[in-house]
Amino acid sequence: MTFLSVPILTFLIFFPVVASLLILPFYKKPGTEGVVKWTALGITVIEFLVSLSLLIGNNPHLYQMQFVENHLWIPFGNIHYALGIDGISLVLVLMTTFLMPMTILTSWVGISKNLPLFMINLLVLEGAMIGVFCATDFVLFYVFWEAMLIPMYLIIGVWGGPNRIYAAIKFFLYTLAGSLLLLVAIIALYFVGGHTFDIARLSGQHYGMSFQILAFLAMFVAFAVKIPMFPFHTWLPDAHVEAPTAGSVILASIMLKMGAYGFLRFSLPMFPDASHFFAPMILTLSVIAIIWGAFMALAQEDMKKLIAYSSVSHMGVVTLGIFVANTQGIEGALMQMLNHGITTGALFLCIGVLYDRSHSRQLSEYGGLAKQMPVYSTLLVIFALSSLALPGTNSFVGEFLVLIGSFKTHAVVSSLATTGVILSAMYLLYLLSRVVWGVYTPKSYAMPDLRAYEWGSLIPLVVMVIVIGILPNPVLSLFHQSVAHLVGQMQPAPLALLHN
Amino acid sequence: MNFSPVNIMGTMPEIYLTVLGCLLFLMEPFVPAKKRSLLGVFAIFSLVFAMIATFGLNGKGLPLYQGLYIVDPFSNFFKTVIYLGTIITILFSLPYLEKEEIHLGEYYGFLLFAAVGMMIMVSAGDLITLFLGIELMSLCLYVLVGLKRNSNRSVEASFKYFLLGAFAAAIFLYGISLLYGASGTETLSGLAQFVANPGALRPMVLAGMILTMVGFAFKVSAAPFHMWTPDVYEGAPTVVTGFMASVGKVAAFGVFLRVFWVAFSANRDHWSLLIITAAILSMIVGNIVALVQTNIKRMLAYSSIGHAGYAVIALLNPSRDSLFALMFYMFAYLFMTLGAFGIILILRRKGIEAEEISDFVGLNKKNPMAAFLMLIFMFSLAGIPPFGGFLAKFYVFMAAVHAGYTWLAVVGVLLSAVGAYYYIRVVMAMYMKDPVEPVEFMPNRMEGMALFVTAGMTVLLGVFPLPFVHYIETSLAILVP
Repeated sequence: MTFLSVPILTFLIFFPVVASLLILPFYKKPGTEGVVKWTALGITVIEFLVSLSLLIGNNPHLYQMQFVENHLWIPFGNIHYALGIDGISLVLVLMTTFLMPMTILTSWVGISKNLPLFMINLLVLEGAMIGVFCATDFVLFYVFWEAMLIPMYLIIGVWGGPNRIYAAIKFFLYTLAGSLLLLVAIIALYFVGGHTFDIARLSGQHYGMSFQILAFLAMFVAFAVKIPMFPFHTWLPDAHVEAPTAGSVILASIMLKMGAYGFLRFSLPMFPDASHFFAPMILTLSVIAIIWGAFMALAQEDMKKLIAYSSVSHMGVVTLGIFVANTQGIEGALMQMLNHGITTGALFLCIGVLYDRSHSRQLSEYGGLAKQMPVYSTLLVIFALSSLALPGTNSFVGEFLVLIGSFKTHAVVSSLATTGVILSAMYLLYLLSRVVWGVYTPKSYAMPDLRAYEWGSLIPLVVMVIVIGILPNPVLSLFHQSVAHLVGQMQPAPLALLHN
Repeated sequence: MNFSPVNIMGTMPEIYLTVLGCLLFLMEPFVPAKKRSLLGVFAIFSLVFAMIATFGLNGKGLPLYQGLYIVDPFSNFFKTVIYLGTIITILFSLPYLEKEEIHLGEYYGFLLFAAVGMMIMVSAGDLITLFLGIELMSLCLYVLVGLKRNSNRSVEASFKYFLLGAFAAAIFLYGISLLYGASGTETLSGLAQFVANPGALRPMVLAGMILTMVGFAFKVSAAPFHMWTPDVYEGAPTVVTGFMASVGKVAAFGVFLRVFWVAFSANRDHWSLLIITAAILSMIVGNIVALVQTNIKRMLAYSSIGHAGYAVIALLNPSRDSLFALMFYMFAYLFMTLGAFGIILILRRKGIEAEEISDFVGLNKKNPMAAFLMLIFMFSLAGIPPFGGFLAKFYVFMAAVHAGYTWLAVVGVLLSAVGAYYYIRVVMAMYMKDPVEPVEFMPNRMEGMALFVTAGMTVLLGVFPLPFVHYIETSLAILVP
């Protein structure tokens, strides 16, 4: 089905890529930065407005893929250009298109060298990321999944901080090494699952237990690196710290979600038995990530590193929710993904605001900003409170659901995870006390309050924080059916099928 | 031998190219030095002419000259690839030879004869014909590698290549003689019959088979017979390196595949272990030694050893999957390798060829187009989508999994993650560092066209491969049982 007979998903994927060509004429033309910025902003805003039509055309009572497009792409191997979204992908696509204009705005003055190339990279990246969420053919998914690495590698490596090259290469190789095993798993699935790469057809089957375990592990590495789960997370602090603000926002808000999306879309429905088998291990790793990430965050002096480790902690809540594998758990995990995208993205934007002024991210550099930058401080407090899951903000909903879901079956795990909430209050309030309160020491540079483009990038996020916090139900209802269907697919197979 | 019209017609493309190549040699003294590029244009037209003749022979698997020569869709596919590769090479050669002051008219003649040698290789239905093809190609390449007569490196490379090549040829010939001694025939179909018969696996046949495999492994530069590759690739004029690394390798793979699938498919169990060993060794040597190279031609030499490792995986199991994988791999590999060498030979520092990786530092600042094209080739060689190199690797791994070698696919992907590092190191140098020394990148119209074609095909093969997939599928119909 297409909306108004336009293949809307194809449009969403390729519009930013093709439209980025508009920027090409301004390459290496000094004095055209304004045009470039406004063009990029315009493209992402149009993209967002068009993506809203998904919300209108979407039928929340169906669990099936909607807006389906399917064409034979490569006949050898039966590879299709197949797109479609269900409730789970819908929220992630909307989150992506919603956040991209903010990333353009946050680069308004921060990016000085080779601005056109930067904007082109951002737009190409947007297309690839939407492709990841929309692909319903496994090879197509993999193509978008890997293609994404190229612009992100350049964004970190060209526009990043002093240690950017190391961070970019580490990011690239880590993710690539993880993904390549996924490729082997995809190929093996093709032969075991009846010569198809169609994700829906591959999901409806029961595979033998040993195959499930091997394939699950191969995919697990790919997704765990992306999320990143506890022992695989070491690339994240480097990449976050070195990336420019826009890169950090995209990494934290969108790319980290892809690992979790992979678990939901592939690992759980395709290998339910292996998922149950490995659940104890993954729940343990999640709890370690929650607590350990929070402790690491407490020890950081660099604000970006602090938020990066808090991401590890918050994504631990997501994996926890996914692998308790009941409705509350998964819905909570999805909520948490969405909210982490909004809140952490906003926190990175806030750090970017400070960095643009002072070129420092050290906590010791700041203090007493409440007097100097009152509006900014207010917003920062709101985002920090949201990040520590204060009731009434968006994150509360997700974490609460996950904890309820996990408490039903894994009371110990759930109680341990709750300490994460307390710890997150500690490091975020510590951050606030260092930056917002205290005494303002006069600096050699001006610290003006928010500029127009910064208003533009932060206000929509504040609105989302509060709206989702108070009215989570409209969002939950978007993916309720899809999650219910997923949980249904997770029922353990009859024993006879397991031993074939 | 019977020179009936059918036989003559079937070998028309080779005859055209041989005659036109001779004509080139004859014309050379009469063409003034300033107009030598006309000879290049003449060579291009000869190739186009031969290509049309090949398309005219829509080959039905005809064994010509009593089975000495086979014209089938498989060989026609490889011939088309050889034509395309040679044409692109000539487009790169014209300005390059001028700048290097080695613009000799004979160059084009040797290039055409090398192409004829390759065509004979991929069409050979008989080991002696095959040997003639290999030698014709190799002799031309020995000369071309040493084209820079006043460069020590070039002469050394030529000499090294010649000595080791002669060695490999001798080993290969010895293998043929053992096979002939055991079976009394040297046609591929005759050998196939002989090998299939259960009592035939005498040590002599096995020894002959292994020796021929050594000869092929040398030609495709698969480890452990790769030693010559880095030195020769580094020393040869870059345009010749590109030609050898791409077209020469494609032809060698074509014949490697035909001999082992047609003649020796019956005792696959005896040679699959050798192929696996060669594949793993090549992937390890290629990907790991490339990490420490500073000269980009040497780096690409090791990369080509690594790629040989991936491609030989497709030889393991005679099936449609594997055949398709190998042909697609060769097709994609041709364009990305030629393109990468094309960038190297156009790039100049103070008028000298820039062949160190450090010469690429900050290229994006100075010349964004060159940097972007190199980025395409590097990511494609690394096997990152959406470029042709990704699908090529994908199909090879698919063939491996289908043949039951999942573990080999796992080894392959892990080593390709290692290999990705040295490709993205080039991208890093171009984009993430500031230029130190100015390099110039001024392609003329012909070079521009060649780069456009190679880069365009590299992207197209990854994004919209449909027409090429159809073409390859029609070409593989006959060989597979």
